Amino acid sequence: MAAERQEKVMLKPGKAERVGSAINIAVLCILTFITLYPFAYVVFASFSDPVAFMKHEGMLLSPVSFSLKAYRQVFTNPTIYVGYANTIFYVAVGTLVNILMTTTAAYVLSRKQLLLRRPILLMFIFTMYFNGGLIPNYLLIQKLGLINNRLSLIIPVAVSTYNLLIMISGFESIPVALEESARIDGANDLTILFRVIFPLAKPTIMVIMLYYAVGHWNSWFNAMIYLRDSAKMPLQIFLRDILTRNQMGAMNAGSDIEDIGITIKYATIIVSTLPILCIYPFIQKHFVKGVMIGAVKE
Amino acid sequence: MKVKKIKVHKNSFGYRLRKDLIRNKGLYLMLLPVIMYYLVFCYYPMYGAQIAFKDFVPKLGIEGSPFVGFKHFEAFFDSIYFARLIRNTLSINFFCLIFAFPAPIFLAVMLNEVRQIRFKKLVQTISYLPHFISTVVIAGMILEFTSTDGFITTIATWFGLPKQNLMYNPDLFQPIYVLSEIWQGIGWGSIIYIAGIAGINGELYEAARIDGAGKIKQIFHVTLPGIKPLIVTMFILKVGNMMSLGFEKIILLYNSSIYETSDVISTYVYRKGLVDMNYSFSTAVGLFNSVINLILLCIANKLSKKYTESSLW
Repeated sequence: MAAERQEKVMLKPGKAERVGSAINIAVLCILTFITLYPFAYVVFASFSDPVAFMKHEGMLLSPVSFSLKAYRQVFTNPTIYVGYANTIFYVAVGTLVNILMTTTAAYVLSRKQLLLRRPILLMFIFTMYFNGGLIPNYLLIQKLGLINNRLSLIIPVAVSTYNLLIMISGFESIPVALEESARIDGANDLTILFRVIFPLAKPTIMVIMLYYAVGHWNSWFNAMIYLRDSAKMPLQIFLRDILTRNQMGAMNAGSDIEDIGITIKYATIIVSTLPILCIYPFIQKHFVKGVMIGAVKE
Repeated sequence: MKVKKIKVHKNSFGYRLRKDLIRNKGLYLMLLPVIMYYLVFCYYPMYGAQIAFKDFVPKLGIEGSPFVGFKHFEAFFDSIYFARLIRNTLSINFFCLIFAFPAPIFLAVMLNEVRQIRFKKLVQTISYLPHFISTVVIAGMILEFTSTDGFITTIATWFGLPKQNLMYNPDLFQPIYVLSEIWQGIGWGSIIYIAGIAGINGELYEAARIDGAGKIKQIFHVTLPGIKPLIVTMFILKVGNMMSLGFEKIILLYNSSIYETSDVISTYVYRKGLVDMNYSFSTAVGLFNSVINLILLCIANKLSKKYTESSLW
């Protein structure tokens, strides 16, 4: 049906339609350029010579006198390795906890026979729209003794209600018959979850896993308020220090002390974002699938 | 013997519940960790929010601190920052709703008209990208680009603005913030609308064309009405998150010389609470914020139920 419609449109486009379509494509090209350019600028700047870059003004279409100085500087800074290692730890352990909690909860809450299913779901959903606030949360973490503890970046964010809802609708779409035959063979709920549901819901679980992992990789606020030792800080905190450190100096324009590190800032952005940029083209269709599953739910 | 007695109340909720709990013991046990998580990390802080009505002293704890009623709320309403915070919070949200909310809908409609599948895929892939970059990096990029020598500042000088650090000009914070929100969210936000448009029955377009409707008319009479319920739902969700949105980004972007236009309730809660250690006052402001948020969500939901039939609950 849709194909037929497309064909017709393609066969006899009127003049007005052709012009309209050309304008449409032109606008989309401009939008794409605007989206991409800031990243391109960061890449060009990071490969520029620091001194030449300082003298340059306005847009960049290629690096100003190509140089790897900034990257050499970034990699001689030991804190970036500490940050990287910490972030990898938080992403790995955090995502594992997330997936265990989310899948078990989603499995139980996708069982329609449970009498308390709706009240429990409502209790979870309510927290999406109302929370105790910053300070009560902080006091709780303090009370639990998690301040300056690595677990403070993992346990308080163990479940995301939004992701849980997506997972539930993913599990609900699995035919009950498969599960019943496993039950007749004597499998219990845990076995069914890990042996039957997991393989069948793999796409959904992958999406949710990626959501959680990117969330851990990018998060910084909890680290800022809960952690104290720089040895435990994730990459984003080091990044924040490097990227916003000189903001006060920038007030008195003309002081050139702050400019020395500018290409280093750009190189640091690239180094810390590279893992996401590298896997992005491969995973973006999964992300999109996640939004679709969420949309079906609504 | 006992069984007989219970049988009488077979349909009572208590009986059914007990039976349900026994039969599904394993399932409920599996759910226990997650229920504990919600109780401890979501509901206990709500209980702890009572310090908004107390003068919190760490030694005395949440329950033991002296009750002071609405003292902190009154102090907030009387403070010189109250009007400024409300004004900034409302205006940033208002501009986001007017400009950043419809942007993904435009993009989705435009993408839907593209027949070159590979071009469409490419545009989509690129447009999602900013969504995955961390707030820290986005904020760092904005600060750098809008600094005195940044390229955005250079572009701004073409339009007659003086060469300056844009982020130290109070008049420019809100426009820059809203533009950056559009830039970050337009692609990701469009996914759901693209899916919605794909679900519209093709015969409707056919019928519209037979009636002589051009592309533009088809968009206004078929495409947009087709995704209206979706737009309404997204709008309600957006309103329901209004008061807390963008908080991390603003903290990274703003500085004391532009508080006048950039300080919003949630950033004020952060500064009062975790920088000035004024726990009770900060919690009171935060609670005020959450309650307003909840009220807005209810109003939006009610209005949409009345006028469009689609609602969250």
